[in-house]
Amino acid sequence: MSAVLRAQGLGKRYKQRWALQNCDLDVPAGRVVGLVGPNGAGKSTLLKLASGMLTPTAGTIEVCGGRPAAGVEQLAKVGFVAQDTPTYSGLSVADHLDFGKRLNPNWDDAVARDRIRRLGLDPEQRAGRLSGGQRAQLALTLGIAKRPELLILDEPVAALDPLARREFMQDLMEAVAEHELSVVLSSHLVSDVERTCDYLIVLVDSRVQVAGDIDDLVACHHRLTGPRRDPDTLPAGQHVITASHTDRQTTLLVRTGTAVHDPSWTVSPLGLEDVVLAYMTRPADAVRDTRPALEVLR
Amino acid sequence: MIEFHLNSRSGLSPYQQLVQQVRHALRLGLLEEGDRLPTVKDVAKQMAVNPNTVLKAYRELEHDGLVAARPGVGTFVTRTLADGTLAAHGPLRKDLQRWLTKARLAGLDDESIEALFTSTFRDAAGEDVA
Repeated sequence: MSAVLRAQGLGKRYKQRWALQNCDLDVPAGRVVGLVGPNGAGKSTLLKLASGMLTPTAGTIEVCGGRPAAGVEQLAKVGFVAQDTPTYSGLSVADHLDFGKRLNPNWDDAVARDRIRRLGLDPEQRAGRLSGGQRAQLALTLGIAKRPELLILDEPVAALDPLARREFMQDLMEAVAEHELSVVLSSHLVSDVERTCDYLIVLVDSRVQVAGDIDDLVACHHRLTGPRRDPDTLPAGQHVITASHTDRQTTLLVRTGTAVHDPSWTVSPLGLEDVVLAYMTRPADAVRDTRPALEVLR
Repeated sequence: MIEFHLNSRSGLSPYQQLVQQVRHALRLGLLEEGDRLPTVKDVAKQMAVNPNTVLKAYRELEHDGLVAARPGVGTFVTRTLADGTLAAHGPLRKDLQRWLTKARLAGLDDESIEALFTSTFRDAAGEDVA
């Protein structure tokens, strides 16, 4: 399948600071991609590069087969909902739809109006008087009705209460099922990512730590506990993500494509949250010494 | 029709949970041959879960010969799992109860019993794989 997002050696520098560097990605179409990482890791920078709001300092990025924001056709292929789902507070809900209709060649007015009706929004209401959840739903409506190939959402639910969050995600998943839409969304909520995404990118300290199909990622990471031992003595093919030791015991979190047969280890499976946290807490120098992007392929 | 639930603390991925819930319903006779599973879109919407996850679960069930997809119509149950083993449940339960009594007499508390069962079960499962 073709790639919806492809980056090679992608980097972005603001003055002296690299917000993103050495980023290699190859995300297949039709996926819902979760982008996770601590604040300031470079998530928004990556999403803005993908939407064409920023231009790269280094490397290349290709989205839906073209350079981001390269022309009218390319702009129509990608929808972008920025952080905190911004809307024009002085404009009414209906004004937003008119705006969307005029600016987007593939605009699906029936979908937009149907969604507004189902959401129970008053078309005459000004966006500034909507609740946070309603505003997010309005922004999502514009993103869906644009009928893009890829919808990019930067922390769409961060400011929403649990009910509004669930409703937003329900509608997003329905749109994915209905329109065969690819989605990239950033989030701090691993539980949301586990439900709604099937592809994961972990970004820490301006670098991609790991990227791949979520079920594959979870399946190839294990926790090993056993008598104290030097992690360097592990067989090739077992990559240590984190290691901790007491005077007698060693606990390792490893990535490996094959089963662990060493009987001195107790091997336990991991959840998605364990895997994400391991990459987030791993010491920064461990990251710089290894290959920057670890693509898990099967 | 079956209604799915996701438990974030089950230790199983969402797709495994969907497969397990269908298998469970088939085993208990809650789903029978000819029953239709909810559409991928309905499950995605109702549970706020990725449609690819639902598809993956349905494909695995199809691969196991439990359901069949009829394009444009839906996914239907083709085989049930409520089988002859139900009769064996009674005696097995009695054996287990006897074993539990023995374990308690030996001084094991609930936690130790559970740990012993889980690790034995896992070892046995591991031997099957190897």
